[in-house]
Amino acid sequence: MTIRLFRIDDRLIHGQVVVGWGQPLGVGFIVLVDDEVRVSDWEQDLYRMGVPPEIDVIFASATEAVERLAAWEADPRAGILLTGDIDAMATLCDGTGRVAAVNLGGMHHRAGRSERLRYVYLTADEAAKLRRLSAGGVRVTAQDVPSARAIGLEEFL
Amino acid sequence: MSEHLVGVVVSHAAVAQALVAAVQAITGIDGALVGVSNEGCDYPAINERLERALAGRPGVLFVDLPGGSCLTSAARYAHGRDDVAIVTGVNLAMLLDFVFNRDARPADAGRRAAASGAKAIRVPAA
Repeated sequence: MTIRLFRIDDRLIHGQVVVGWGQPLGVGFIVLVDDEVRVSDWEQDLYRMGVPPEIDVIFASATEAVERLAAWEADPRAGILLTGDIDAMATLCDGTGRVAAVNLGGMHHRAGRSERLRYVYLTADEAAKLRRLSAGGVRVTAQDVPSARAIGLEEFL
Repeated sequence: MSEHLVGVVVSHAAVAQALVAAVQAITGIDGALVGVSNEGCDYPAINERLERALAGRPGVLFVDLPGGSCLTSAARYAHGRDDVAIVTGVNLAMLLDFVFNRDARPADAGRRAAASGAKAIRVPAA
C-alpha cells in the first residue's frame, strides 16, 4: 500500500475524508500537512476527534512532508495525505517529484475567489498554480467524494 | 442569568434547519434556536455564520457529529470563552429539553441537554 489519495481540502480532516474516502480506501493513516496545525496541540486534538481510533493521524509541516513522504509511502497500510491549500501541495510535488495525481476536494468561497465548481472556488493566482502543477506532470482532478466523477482541470479552469 | 441562552444547531447539509423547524412545530417556541449549515463553507465562513447566529448572545452550540468540520468550527469559536458551550450528537430530544431550560449558564445548559439527549436513545422491544 501507499498514499492512495493526495487531497487539497480547506476543511482538512472532516466527514468526506474520514468516511467518504476513508471507508472505501480502507485507510490506516491520514497525514495532515499544515504548518499551523503542526505547532498547535489543541488543533491536533480537535482533528483527532473526528477520526476513529484505528486510523492513525500524522501531523507534519510542508517541509517535514517533503522529507518523510518516501517513508509514508513504504507503510504497508493505505493512507490519505491532506493539505489545506495549493501551496503546501505544490511544495510536496515540487520537493519530492513523487506525487502523480492530486485530488481537489474542497476550496470554498472566499473574497477574491470565483466559483469553478460547487465545491471549488479559486482566485486567478490559485488557478495558475494548478495549471503549473498540471504542466509539470501531476494529474489534477476535482472530486469531492468517491461516488462523484473526477473532473479534469481543463473542464473547470 | 437574566438573558436566555440561544441554541445554535450546527450541521451538515440541512439537518440543522430541519431540527429547528421540528422544535418550533412541537413547542411553538420561536427564536430559541438557530440553524447553521456548513454547506459550501470553509472554516472562516462557518465562523461568520456562527457569529451571526449568536449575535453576541450567550449560547450553546449543538453540533451533529463528535468530529469533523462542524465540531472543528464550533470548538474554534468557543475556545477560551465561557459564554458558549458545545454539545455534540445533537438530537431532537435534547433540543426540546433545551428550549424550556435556557435560563442557565451555558455549560450547565449544555450538560443538561446532553443528558436529555442520551436518555432518548433506546432500543424498544419489537
